[in-house]
Amino acid sequence: MSIFVNKNTKLVVQGITGSEGMFHTRASIAYGTNVVAGVTPGKGGQKMDDVPVFNTVAEARAKAGANASVIFVPPPFAADAIMEAADAGIEMIVAITEGIPVMDMYKVKNFLKDKKCRLIGPNCPGIITPGECKIGIMPGPMHKPGGPIGVISRSGTLTYEVVHQLTQVGLGQTTVVGLGGDPVNGTNFIDCLDAFSKDPETKGIVMVGEIGGDAEEQAAAFIKKNVNMPVIGFICGVTAPPGRRMGHAGAIISGGSGTAQGKIAAMKAAGMHVCENLGTLYKLCEKVFK
Amino acid sequence: MKIHEHQGKELFRKYGVPVPNGGPAFTVEEALKVADSLSGYPLLVKAQIHAGGRGKGGGVKLAKNREECEKYIKQILGMNLVTKQTGPEGKLVRRLLIEEGCKIRKELYLGILPDRSNAKICIMASEAGGMSIEEVAAATPEKIIKVFVDPLVGIQGYHCRQTAFGLNIPAACQKQFMQMLTGLYKLLVEYDCSLVEINPLVLTEDDKVLAIDAKVTFDDNALFRHKDIKEFRDISEEDALEVEASKFDLNYIKLDGNVGNMVNGAGLAMATMDVIKLAGADPANFLDVGGGANAEQIKNAFKIMLSDKNVKAVLINIFGGILRCDRLAEGVVQAAKQVGIKVPVVIRMEGTNVEIGRKILAESGLQLINAVSLEDAAEKVAKTVA
Repeated sequence: MSIFVNKNTKLVVQGITGSEGMFHTRASIAYGTNVVAGVTPGKGGQKMDDVPVFNTVAEARAKAGANASVIFVPPPFAADAIMEAADAGIEMIVAITEGIPVMDMYKVKNFLKDKKCRLIGPNCPGIITPGECKIGIMPGPMHKPGGPIGVISRSGTLTYEVVHQLTQVGLGQTTVVGLGGDPVNGTNFIDCLDAFSKDPETKGIVMVGEIGGDAEEQAAAFIKKNVNMPVIGFICGVTAPPGRRMGHAGAIISGGSGTAQGKIAAMKAAGMHVCENLGTLYKLCEKVFK
Repeated sequence: MKIHEHQGKELFRKYGVPVPNGGPAFTVEEALKVADSLSGYPLLVKAQIHAGGRGKGGGVKLAKNREECEKYIKQILGMNLVTKQTGPEGKLVRRLLIEEGCKIRKELYLGILPDRSNAKICIMASEAGGMSIEEVAAATPEKIIKVFVDPLVGIQGYHCRQTAFGLNIPAACQKQFMQMLTGLYKLLVEYDCSLVEINPLVLTEDDKVLAIDAKVTFDDNALFRHKDIKEFRDISEEDALEVEASKFDLNYIKLDGNVGNMVNGAGLAMATMDVIKLAGADPANFLDVGGGANAEQIKNAFKIMLSDKNVKAVLINIFGGILRCDRLAEGVVQAAKQVGIKVPVVIRMEGTNVEIGRKILAESGLQLINAVSLEDAAEKVAKTVA
């Protein structure tokens, strides 16, 4: 079992003929993901390797049966691409694009409210159910299929580090979700925590947060009330200076809120296991999950 | 991106938000010329720097006549202004805003910003003007009014009325206030601002609404569609190394420690800073080389990191995904040869093509300290500076 994506996922790649789109489509297919279509406006009728290319997402859904989409469209056009996928009835939309204007994402977020779809990202590595389906830019081989750990993270390479340490000590993953580093994103910690706690194969969760916003505090409160499996929490940015945007658009401590210290305190108060040092996360995972 | 108060006021004028008459000046002569062109005294002489708290730092003075005005212009222009927000090193004042004073009846606070928690635009207002909104929020949160606007619908009359009545705006000023608020909202949305703040917004004795201050910041991700705003950028207000880094698409922030670090990905970069600290050393910077860094970028990253004279050792932590380890290794070797690295370098690589990368480094003849894990890397780099 897994959450959100599995071997039945049929993927359409928006921006498939761009260099990023092409590169990661090939990597996803090599991993075993069922890529059924690509979309590049104006290139309908062509093929990228063996993948048929369509002009619109609606066409890709109607003709190739796509039920999930991954977006490699450049920032000025990415919000449009997300809304197109949602309007076409795609159920799972994964937006990899980094640098989408914040105001565009505010519109998208409100647009998606009455749509039956889930958005992951933007500015994220994607989502992977090891051994079944890889949507995004994460390296596949470091993952270990079969669970029992679910991973949720706001960061890209930091997620890889966490997964690598889990795999090194023999702890496989059910699903790994990258939420993205932007201030406004589709899926949040709580959505994933809720799904993992209903997944029979997931026995423990690692939650990777960072400075900025209050998503981790809300997640901690949710865990205390609703999650009956061990959760390890990690927050990066303890040494980040206030008022500076640390790479991610969402990673900023403003007016005393969004600090790592505040988030760590909230996680401890919720009874979570807190990892204070990423270098030794694997030790804590062995202790808590084995 | 930040801009100066006078630039913010220029945008205010464009959107029908009333501001005092005035203009910017870079020299004493220019400043006096602006002063002479205005309708008379008192005039305000205001330092233009990218930091708040200017008044308390002595960067804003009210001149009652031309003589005083000249005195203040000479005093403030070129001064090193230290405020709560500049840090103890202060900021050099390179430009002034000269503008007309007014008779104030009441000071208010007004801010508009996107609220990430609900994806709405938040109008925040308070009758406690002049104080920082953080102070008001801490001391008397009930004095802050918040009105939320759905960005798909835009600002409506009722949003303006809620704000105006909430602030007890007198009847004589209400129409002006609501027009001004609508203008500010439009400014925020059309220019992709991350904040539009007026503190204080004043009601004058002759029943006028006037923006005495203007703080406007912009979403960097949206600057591609606002060429006019890009021209407002004042590089002299920014850290020289950070400006240099941004030319090469590197995300660099200077800190106070002595361990330089180069990482791919913002989250991993923050976590690497944290493990350096936990190992007993202090990070000298935040440096994210990004997902697709090439040899040239890594060379430039080295140059920028090492131009900070406090750096006594370097930790490279790369988790190869899109940025493959062999490409990183080639970059490090090239950089070491061209830049000439004279401090110990601890390198930890993992991920795509890590074996090829390690081989490139081993055969390079460079004196690098290899680390097998993040834990190992932090301990080794801390030891070199202990």
